[in-house]
Amino acid sequence: MFVLIVGAGKVGLNVARSLSNLGHEFVVIEQRRSRFRLLEAELEDHLQFGDGTEMWVLERAGIGRADLVVAVTGDDEDNIVIAQLAKLEYRVAKVVARVNNPRNQQTFDLLDVDATICATTLMISMIQHELPTHQFVPLLAMHRENLELVEIEVTEDSPAAYLLIDDMRLPSGVFVAAILRDGATLAARGGEELRPGDQLLCLLAPDKEKALISSLLPSRRPEDVQAETSIDSSDE
Amino acid sequence: MYVIIAGCGRVGSTMATQLAAEGHDIVVIDEDPGAFTLLDDDFPGQRLVGQAIDWDILREAGIEGADAFAAATDGDNTNIVCALIAARAFEVPCSVARVYDPRRAAVFARHGVRTVCPTDEAQVMMIDAVLECPAAHREG
Repeated sequence: MFVLIVGAGKVGLNVARSLSNLGHEFVVIEQRRSRFRLLEAELEDHLQFGDGTEMWVLERAGIGRADLVVAVTGDDEDNIVIAQLAKLEYRVAKVVARVNNPRNQQTFDLLDVDATICATTLMISMIQHELPTHQFVPLLAMHRENLELVEIEVTEDSPAAYLLIDDMRLPSGVFVAAILRDGATLAARGGEELRPGDQLLCLLAPDKEKALISSLLPSRRPEDVQAETSIDSSDE
Repeated sequence: MYVIIAGCGRVGSTMATQLAAEGHDIVVIDEDPGAFTLLDDDFPGQRLVGQAIDWDILREAGIEGADAFAAATDGDNTNIVCALIAARAFEVPCSVARVYDPRRAAVFARHGVRTVCPTDEAQVMMIDAVLECPAAHREG
């Protein structure tokens, strides 16, 4: 596979290293002269200097035959334009882009970028996952697949407490993937009894969040539960 | 009409001043509050500090009822992205982006954004100006 990476920061460099280990062909584009010089010896002719939002730079790097474009600069506008050019102009099959500011996620979604990764959002989710106070944490969103992974707690007063997985009532389209109990992960088999304190890892479409919260945490308003874990990113 | 202008540089501020003088309702967005010094003190439109790719800032600027959106910040990619947001997310009937790079201007012009490319305009005018020299009419 031939992969074109735009941006040789920490993310781009490590993507390049892992692709290199896997034996894939790749080129990395970097526009900062000092960063380019620093990485030249390691990446050799896999590294090219230039502004990866300029079409001639993309073409020189071989975007016309790229199977995958990875846009991981530190600038969201640049990543969006790279993703758009790859799709619209060069018909690249797959584009993955980095979202630097979570506020821009909706723009990446609007413009149909195949896959986006936002380190800030992931980090916040993981921190919430570690904090005992949250009863509901969205862990991972796969926007293109319209699918997300969430964690929800079985509380003492939950209708699901002491029920077998087979007997619990979940909204349609919600699947329990695993149970986290006392630091261990259990497969969510039908005969498993749910206990207060269990965390359920569920797969669902994002628009099923409210229904899931209502069914497992009926004493709380779904909007309030969602608001507790929504990401307020007014400033970076 | 109601017009939102992103970027209060030479182009943005001049557009804002002229359109306001013609009686249009204008909002100018710039992330640098100092940029608004290019507007006269009695500029009748609204000045808004923020990033034009931020949907909340665009809503605050009244994009949901805007007739036109013009992106004239100093970044081609910022102009492309905020003009795309105006056109696609908020369905502003007329969304224009200033894009210096002729190739990017041409690509996005085919995909829902009206682009103005000063480079293309300038090269045509420069060629015309050179061809107006008396020597241009001599053979060879």
